[in-house]
Amino acid sequence: MHECTCNPGFMRDTLIPMVGIITDIRTETPDVKTFRVNAPGGGKLFEHLPGQCAMVCVPGVGEAMFSITSSPTNKEYQEFSIKRCGVLTEHLHSLQVGDEIMVRGPYGNNFPVETELKGKNLLFIAGGIALAPLRSVINYVLDNRENYGDIDILYGSRSMDDLVQRREIEEVWSKVPGVNVHLTIDREQEDWDGHVGFVPSYLKELAFDTNRTALLCGPPIMIKFCLQGLKEMGFRSEQVYTTLELRMKCGVGKCGRCNIGTKYVCKDGPVFRFDEIDELPNEY
Amino acid sequence: MHRIKKSELPRLYEAIAKTQTLYLPVKSAGKTNFAVWTETAQPDIDTLKTVKSPKDAFFPQCENLYTVKREEGKLKLTAEELESESFVVFGIRACDVRALSVLDKVFLSNPVDTYYAARREHGILVSLACSRPETSCFCGTFGIDCAQPEGDVATWLCGEYLYWQPQTEKGESLTNALSDLLEEAEEAPVEKAKEEIRAICERLPLKDLSLEKWGAHAAHDNFDSPLWEELYKGCLACGTCTFVCPTCQCYDIKDYDTGNGIQRYRCWDSCMYSDFTMMAHGNNRTSQMQRFRQRFMHKLAYFPANNDGMFSCVGCGRCVDKCPSHLNIVKVIKTFGKEEA
Repeated sequence: MHECTCNPGFMRDTLIPMVGIITDIRTETPDVKTFRVNAPGGGKLFEHLPGQCAMVCVPGVGEAMFSITSSPTNKEYQEFSIKRCGVLTEHLHSLQVGDEIMVRGPYGNNFPVETELKGKNLLFIAGGIALAPLRSVINYVLDNRENYGDIDILYGSRSMDDLVQRREIEEVWSKVPGVNVHLTIDREQEDWDGHVGFVPSYLKELAFDTNRTALLCGPPIMIKFCLQGLKEMGFRSEQVYTTLELRMKCGVGKCGRCNIGTKYVCKDGPVFRFDEIDELPNEY
Repeated sequence: MHRIKKSELPRLYEAIAKTQTLYLPVKSAGKTNFAVWTETAQPDIDTLKTVKSPKDAFFPQCENLYTVKREEGKLKLTAEELESESFVVFGIRACDVRALSVLDKVFLSNPVDTYYAARREHGILVSLACSRPETSCFCGTFGIDCAQPEGDVATWLCGEYLYWQPQTEKGESLTNALSDLLEEAEEAPVEKAKEEIRAICERLPLKDLSLEKWGAHAAHDNFDSPLWEELYKGCLACGTCTFVCPTCQCYDIKDYDTGNGIQRYRCWDSCMYSDFTMMAHGNNRTSQMQRFRQRFMHKLAYFPANNDGMFSCVGCGRCVDKCPSHLNIVKVIKTFGKEEA
């Protein structure tokens, strides 16, 4: 757990949020929007590390944990890519630029970009909205390109309209030397000349060698089959990272909701290496 | 050692309440619970167990965290004031005092819960030894001595007197403030009372409850046991066990629209409820067996693994008394205990 006092708006208690202002909204897909958030006086609300999360709150509606999708290397703002799928997210999608929300955080651990991942070839595997937590890592890695080896990004979604951050993927990521982007969609579609098929099967087709570390985020079923695929390719649990997502209220390991085994996903996670997950009771 | 006549206790309560809030067991509608002392309240320090534990005084069942108002489109947030005045919890039993040490592990660990911390800082505990431990009591299993409770002041009921022994600096100050009402006393009657209490404890039916199968090591051992399928049957998911429990800490955070701003409050929640872990994308505990298992695995295995072996149970026995289906932590401990190693 990182000291919550690293948060400059941290006034008295970690449960008390800061006011943030929405400064940009991008419609990514029919049900995903990316919200840019600043402090009311400009600048970032707080500093974070790649993979960390924050509680986003609309007073009177609700509060939930979202991964911070922007990279810490971005010094101007924070971004959250949010899929419309419940009461709070429905409301968030109705907000406009200039509206105020409340944010508290950052919470949780982070992908070990400065330690275990440094110097490694990296394989990012994401499905649907789960690109959000990996995007902060990808942009961090691209902004510190010299510290990492080859980078492969395998990303899939239901249709080409459901690919989040498509512009950035095509105009930025694909153009960086040593970065290979592999996109796929579940079913054939007009105007799509890329790969068609589920992420786990595309992963097998791509047949990566094991000289790399994998970062895997997606719906549980995708994670299950991708992990199986990676194991068949010879990857060890120690070479694969993922994030867990459970119901959270406090964000600091006290309210009890995200407890699995001896871990609290909000403070001990959300980032776990698979050998750590192998140690957890099977209820995530 | 000091003492005061039992018949003089109303004067003691009045004297304490003159300068600070006094919580003590009060009988109302036939039930005894901790409540704020008033002139018309009926204090009841003879009933061994209050229905709910006194954890409310530090971790209230419901408390406001802050209020948010929208003024010309801008959000204005006002945090709830922290407790800043001292208060006394009188008549708290040994198990419930220890339960606060369990809650301390949760709320005082980094980042500190300031709402709880302020109450702990300002609260003065006057504990009361258990003159007659009951059959559902098993505090001894967790190394708690109900004849010698922890707390800022420990007290004992012996005959016509309440004996009073300060144990901390806070306790000394309170004792000094009440010196007009307390008289110096011999220790002998208290020593005798302790012996009597310990003799009762020796005869309690749960005194040999063994925790051998539990503790940090059980975090891996017991999760996949087939015993859970048998143990949980009959659980109504009513959550009574969690609400009467002095160590249960799970909470919810919610908003209430007062019509003049949004109050963000937290309230006790229960891991026994079906929507406790429910999210937009699913629920990681869909069966009552899983929720039942989580409660006991947390108290008897995960919590000790994270807190140097300290269990998140103090053997107060409230869940034993109150479960409508007669399920409880004792049954869980005993059933696992019967298993071959």
